[in-house]
Amino acid sequence: MQKRLSAIEIIGVSKQFGDFTALHQVDFRILQNEFFTLLGPSGCGKTTLLRMIAGFESPSRGTILLNGKDISDSPAHKRRVNTVFQNYALFPHMTLSQNIAFGLENLGWERGKIRARVGEMLEMVHMSQFAARKPDQLSGGQRQRIALARALAPGPEVLLLDEPLSALDLKLRQSMRDELRRLQRETGITFVFVTHDQEEALDMSDRIAVMGNGHVQQIGAPDEIYEAPQNRFVADFIGETNFLDGEVVSVEGGHATIRTALGIDITAAQSGVQGPGPAVLSIRPEKIGLDARAEGETRSGRIVSRNYMGGFTHYTVEAGGVSLRVSQRNAQSRQGRLDVGDEVRLGFAAENARVLGQ
Amino acid sequence: MSKGFRIWGLVPAWALMLLTLILPIFIVAGVSVGERGAYGGFEWSFDLTAYRQILFTLGWTDELEFDPKYLIIIARTLGYAAGATAISLLLALPVAYWISLQSARDKALLIYLVTLPFWVSMIVRVYAWLIILGNDGMAETVYRFFGGSDVPGFLFTPGAMLVGMVYSYIPLMILPVYAAVEKLDPALIEASHDLYGSRWTALRRVIIPLASPGLVGGSILVFVPCLGTVLEPMLLGGGRQLMMGTLIQNQFGGARDWPFGAAIAMVLLVLVVLVLILNARRATRQLEVQA
Ligand SMILES: Nc1ncnc2c1ncn2[C@@H]1O[C@H](COP(=O)(O)OP(=O)(O)OP(=O)(O)O)[C@@H](O)[C@H]1O
Ligand SMILES: [Mg+2]
Repeated sequence: MQKRLSAIEIIGVSKQFGDFTALHQVDFRILQNEFFTLLGPSGCGKTTLLRMIAGFESPSRGTILLNGKDISDSPAHKRRVNTVFQNYALFPHMTLSQNIAFGLENLGWERGKIRARVGEMLEMVHMSQFAARKPDQLSGGQRQRIALARALAPGPEVLLLDEPLSALDLKLRQSMRDELRRLQRETGITFVFVTHDQEEALDMSDRIAVMGNGHVQQIGAPDEIYEAPQNRFVADFIGETNFLDGEVVSVEGGHATIRTALGIDITAAQSGVQGPGPAVLSIRPEKIGLDARAEGETRSGRIVSRNYMGGFTHYTVEAGGVSLRVSQRNAQSRQGRLDVGDEVRLGFAAENARVLGQ
Repeated sequence: MSKGFRIWGLVPAWALMLLTLILPIFIVAGVSVGERGAYGGFEWSFDLTAYRQILFTLGWTDELEFDPKYLIIIARTLGYAAGATAISLLLALPVAYWISLQSARDKALLIYLVTLPFWVSMIVRVYAWLIILGNDGMAETVYRFFGGSDVPGFLFTPGAMLVGMVYSYIPLMILPVYAAVEKLDPALIEASHDLYGSRWTALRRVIIPLASPGLVGGSILVFVPCLGTVLEPMLLGGGRQLMMGTLIQNQFGGARDWPFGAAIAMVLLVLVVLVLILNARRATRQLEVQA
């Protein structure tokens, strides 16, 4: 990645609600022009973090920098940051034009400039013909577009989006993903996007921060997060995986050799392993091959369940007393079809597995 | 609901309305066109003297002279009622908004506290202000404490009357205003801050427009009883400035001019109905705009 300036720096930020700590010492930076996603299960503190960037909530400890300036103490209406609220929060008593003009008026723009900008924004979200409507005369998807137009109109330094797609139906959600990506590229504004939908995050983001239990668990590009999870939480939360308990027998740099119930010593990339001792091996279902597709050192197992999914077939295979989920792309012919009870060879390339500390 | 119930089931309600509202209005209207009895009371007839009396007095030679004295009383009543309504509105909005931000349990408690004065008789409450504002009362003590040497005398002033009226009726303002602000989505206020609006902008452009049904409702609930209020002008205003309520009371009491008292009461009624009609027109217009 080329060297870019950070739009937002979160430095040692904690947030306490009474006795409850919603965020523990969070540290990271969001780069300029980046589509950055905060991903994590419900209650992990995503909204809290976003609200602190917007200025609706102040950190209990730590600082937040916006383009290098400390904004920890500046009120929400002085921050050059705009928000797309989860339920849009459009002003029901104003027309769509008035909604979009609201921020510009508060910034003291002159009338002509405001009118031009409102027109431009309506056009950008393909809503020009609805300018004079009130928000309650719109569908969910249309409201979403107006909320985006309203937040983008003042040209904020950062745009915050809190689960903006969660209120839409499945089909609309898919097309809005592309729309959001397009808007981000066109405007060049840094987007900070909150979701608990991993597919959404993997599809849209330049980088993802996976959050769990009030901590940032890992930050990286979507493929990094998926292929090289740094801990058990991330491996478990993103996609599906098999965890095999085992004992680390040796550690060498970034790699560890682990002995699991499969009875094979596997040397794979590791993180969080200090030295010999208990650890887990994580291997994704689609990285395991059966019979002809088995790579590396193989061993035998027996198929105990089979679910045909069209493009893929999901199997549960029992081997050495552990059951593994295995997912295979279906071949073009129905040759080599496996059934419940069949004996198979299974194996995987060590570079696709991860050894993770406890 | 069956048709039978809709007709017969409502009979008690209609009977009650008839007996306690419609009939009395007709009686008062009847009295207002009656003739003044020789020793108080009145006699039925159709005579508009009482209404003429509002605008004109009879001169020495029986000619009619325009006399604005009662018009001034009506205008003064309207003025005080409007003043008390405006002050109530200004005080109630922040109070109601603040209550709406509290936890559910505190909200219930605070709303209960707002209505608490209603559990005490009106006369007692107004007397309480008499003591607070009176000679060597709390108000004077506080004034002296902060270095005021010659006490201006708070009682029997327009200010004292307004204080009493606002105090008596402000719960009727707080409740509907609270009901309106309580329904506001907090995200809308955050959105207005997010879009560079100060607190003042949020109040002016988001909170007030969206809470306006409650603001108007509360204003009517305060304005209407203020028009007819009797106790505050008499006890706190010292009866120095005559208001419509006191005037009506005097006519039925000391002055023994029932028809004139009834005529003033009818004027008051017309004023109230006017306010309600104006509000109904505004409300339907708003509905039409929304539709
Ligand atoms: N005002 C508050 N008072 C007390 N606790 C709060 C408050 N706001 C949030 N919390 C707690 O902080 C934690 C994080 O909340 P937050 O809303 O940030 O979660 P989230 O990651 O956005 O979850 P979701 O995906 O469900 O929206 C939760 O456990 C929540 O109960
Ligand atoms: Mg949330």
